[in-house]
Amino acid sequence: MSPTITTSSEANGNVSAATATAAARAAESSKGPESVTLAKALNTAMSDAMQENDAVIVFGEDVGLLGGVFRITDGLTKTFGEQRCFDTPLAESGIVGMAVGMAMNGMRPVIEMQFDAFAYPAFEQIASHVAKMHNRTRGAVKLPIVIRIPYAGGIGGVEHHCDSSEAYYAHTAGLKVYAPATAADGYRMLREAIDSDDPVVFMEPKKLYWSKDLVDLEALREQHVANRAAGVASEGRAAVARTGTDATLIAYGPSVPTALAAAAAAAEEGRSLEVIDVRSIVPFDDTTVNESVRKTGRAVVIAEAHGFASVASEIVARVQENCFHHLAAPIRRVTGFDIPYPAPKLEHHYLPSVDRILDAVDDLQWDD
Amino acid sequence: MTISAHPQGEANAPTADPIAESVRKFGITVEDYLLPARHPIQMVNPDGKLVPAGEQGTQPGHEYPLPGDEALLAAYEELVIGRRVNDQNSALVRQGRMAVYPSSHGQEACQVAAALCLAEGDWMFPTYRDSVAVMTRGVDPVKVMTIFRGDWHGGYDPYERNVGIQSTPLTTQLLHAVGVAHAAKLRGEETVVLAMCGDGATSEGDFHEALNFAAVFRLPVIFFVQNNKYAISVPLAHQSVAPSLAHKAVGYGMAGERVDGNDLVALLAVLGRAVKLAREGSGPLLVEAHTYRMQAHTNADDATRYRQDSEVAEWQAKDPLTRMKTYLTEKGVLTEQVEARITDRAEGVAGQLREGLGKDVPVDPQNLFKYVFSTPTPQLKEQSALLADELSREEAAE
Repeated sequence: MSPTITTSSEANGNVSAATATAAARAAESSKGPESVTLAKALNTAMSDAMQENDAVIVFGEDVGLLGGVFRITDGLTKTFGEQRCFDTPLAESGIVGMAVGMAMNGMRPVIEMQFDAFAYPAFEQIASHVAKMHNRTRGAVKLPIVIRIPYAGGIGGVEHHCDSSEAYYAHTAGLKVYAPATAADGYRMLREAIDSDDPVVFMEPKKLYWSKDLVDLEALREQHVANRAAGVASEGRAAVARTGTDATLIAYGPSVPTALAAAAAAAEEGRSLEVIDVRSIVPFDDTTVNESVRKTGRAVVIAEAHGFASVASEIVARVQENCFHHLAAPIRRVTGFDIPYPAPKLEHHYLPSVDRILDAVDDLQWDD
Repeated sequence: MTISAHPQGEANAPTADPIAESVRKFGITVEDYLLPARHPIQMVNPDGKLVPAGEQGTQPGHEYPLPGDEALLAAYEELVIGRRVNDQNSALVRQGRMAVYPSSHGQEACQVAAALCLAEGDWMFPTYRDSVAVMTRGVDPVKVMTIFRGDWHGGYDPYERNVGIQSTPLTTQLLHAVGVAHAAKLRGEETVVLAMCGDGATSEGDFHEALNFAAVFRLPVIFFVQNNKYAISVPLAHQSVAPSLAHKAVGYGMAGERVDGNDLVALLAVLGRAVKLAREGSGPLLVEAHTYRMQAHTNADDATRYRQDSEVAEWQAKDPLTRMKTYLTEKGVLTEQVEARITDRAEGVAGQLREGLGKDVPVDPQNLFKYVFSTPTPQLKEQSALLADELSREEAAE
């Protein structure tokens, strides 16, 4: 099936979306690197993908004229029309289940779960169908669905708005789970998720939505197209976010900036910490992580989610299996406590902090 | 594919009112359009006699034309085959050739009508009990049974005949049906989707979400509920106290209809019209068929623990096959020669099943990893290598 969808604005003979975007691109390309929020990067990734492929459609709760409660889909309805970015009735299982059918029938749905804990009604559709359809049909049915989930805390949110739910998805065979931490990765990884024929659960750290990085969106856009043409993807590749020699901090999503801050503080005390940004939980990049830990001989894994039976636990187990003879100390975890996510006034006790990370580093059996 | 070029939002706008349009079309009240008939539509009674038009259980807007003899005979042929398939499969389970078979014995009229009401490009989303419907739609019987033979979780390619994989988690497939219809509508295609479920499934949350989504987006989906009175052991009265399951449609702004699910003639008429209306833009419709699961839920179930033999006997007298046979024979459409030819064909399908399911088809264990993703992860490649190593050592030891 080769999709060619006429957008409503083109059909009406209005200023075409293509022209508008081309103009925006020209303006952006003349700017070079600029300060871009994660929110803007994600929005641009969806817009570019929709521009490029008419089968890409966006739906969810409040994603239409409002642009989503976090404004990540801002302007998509205006640019592409209500047929390609639209609000659904308020029902998460319905959103995911409908996406399954649309994906079966030629579309590439990018759907938004409004908040982490509000995605749970959709869990049956995700675990029983999104994750299993390809296997069940021996590859006949592909479900190129991206399930975007704003997750984790640190925003003073009320209950059910701050869960770190990535382990549920990572534990489900058949799902890919991306967890970007930067604006550049937000763009790059969302484009790759939309291009992927496998379903991707795309975990967006909501406290970083408004964090800015210096990003050249036009360069990223060109890079994405070139990578795809060359069959190169960053899927499953961790990044070395900061180089160091004494110990490795392994983090993803909202914990990456905290790990970087801890590494900066440690440097002042004369300790050189490497920071690995996991980026993709499934697939997991053992190679990059192992290389770093074998070099430094020590590791701390940092994540906001509860530690028990968590992604952090999985990382510790893998590093231990792969790097045992290089380790100078047991691997430590700095994670959320095994408690329901706390109320806003108490969340700072729960979240991994620079001090807690540095304490864990101090415990890594240093000889000096 | 091309998404039809509506001005912004027109397709989903509340001003497009298919209910008002249908009411205008049939010259009836909104209530008469939305509410099901006063009794399940019955056109041929259990004795095989044609029910007079005025007594078919209807009110204005619920009159259905009698399908032609040729169509009825063709449907009867599928009915005979469906019954033979059910009985053959149950036998194969007893012989240990299949792990399990949820039989639709007694519900074959629903199964056959569900398949025959659709056009080539339409879609069907069946449940685990709808194997006969899937075969009637043209999917290879042995492929359909693969799921129950136990060598893979699904045996056929859904795109071959536009049939979703038979869903085991209750009701979830209704939303997939909604999605397929939505994609088709966005491209301006005239695809109708038949979404099948049972009475127990109407209690699930996805039933509500699917009907509501279909109604809000005005999608051409027929929700076809086979009310066979039991969800494993739990009777209908424990699922719902609605006047009928068809009445549930009204709450979504959708028309509902109820039909005698053991009357193939009425089923063909009601489902046929529903598909026609949906294709013409009526939005979704709900059809409830009153039928009965004559056998236990599966071979692992014991129906004597929760229902009386007398109840089963009562439904035996309403069997869909005998009434259709009587009707067509008395009408002179079904002759002995035709019956013999149909029996031959049914025996042929049964033989195909015995042969196909009697074979031990080797399954490559590497398939366990092959289809999890389109692009496998490094971790799955490692695990696949681990299994390959185990198998080669086992082979060497033998």
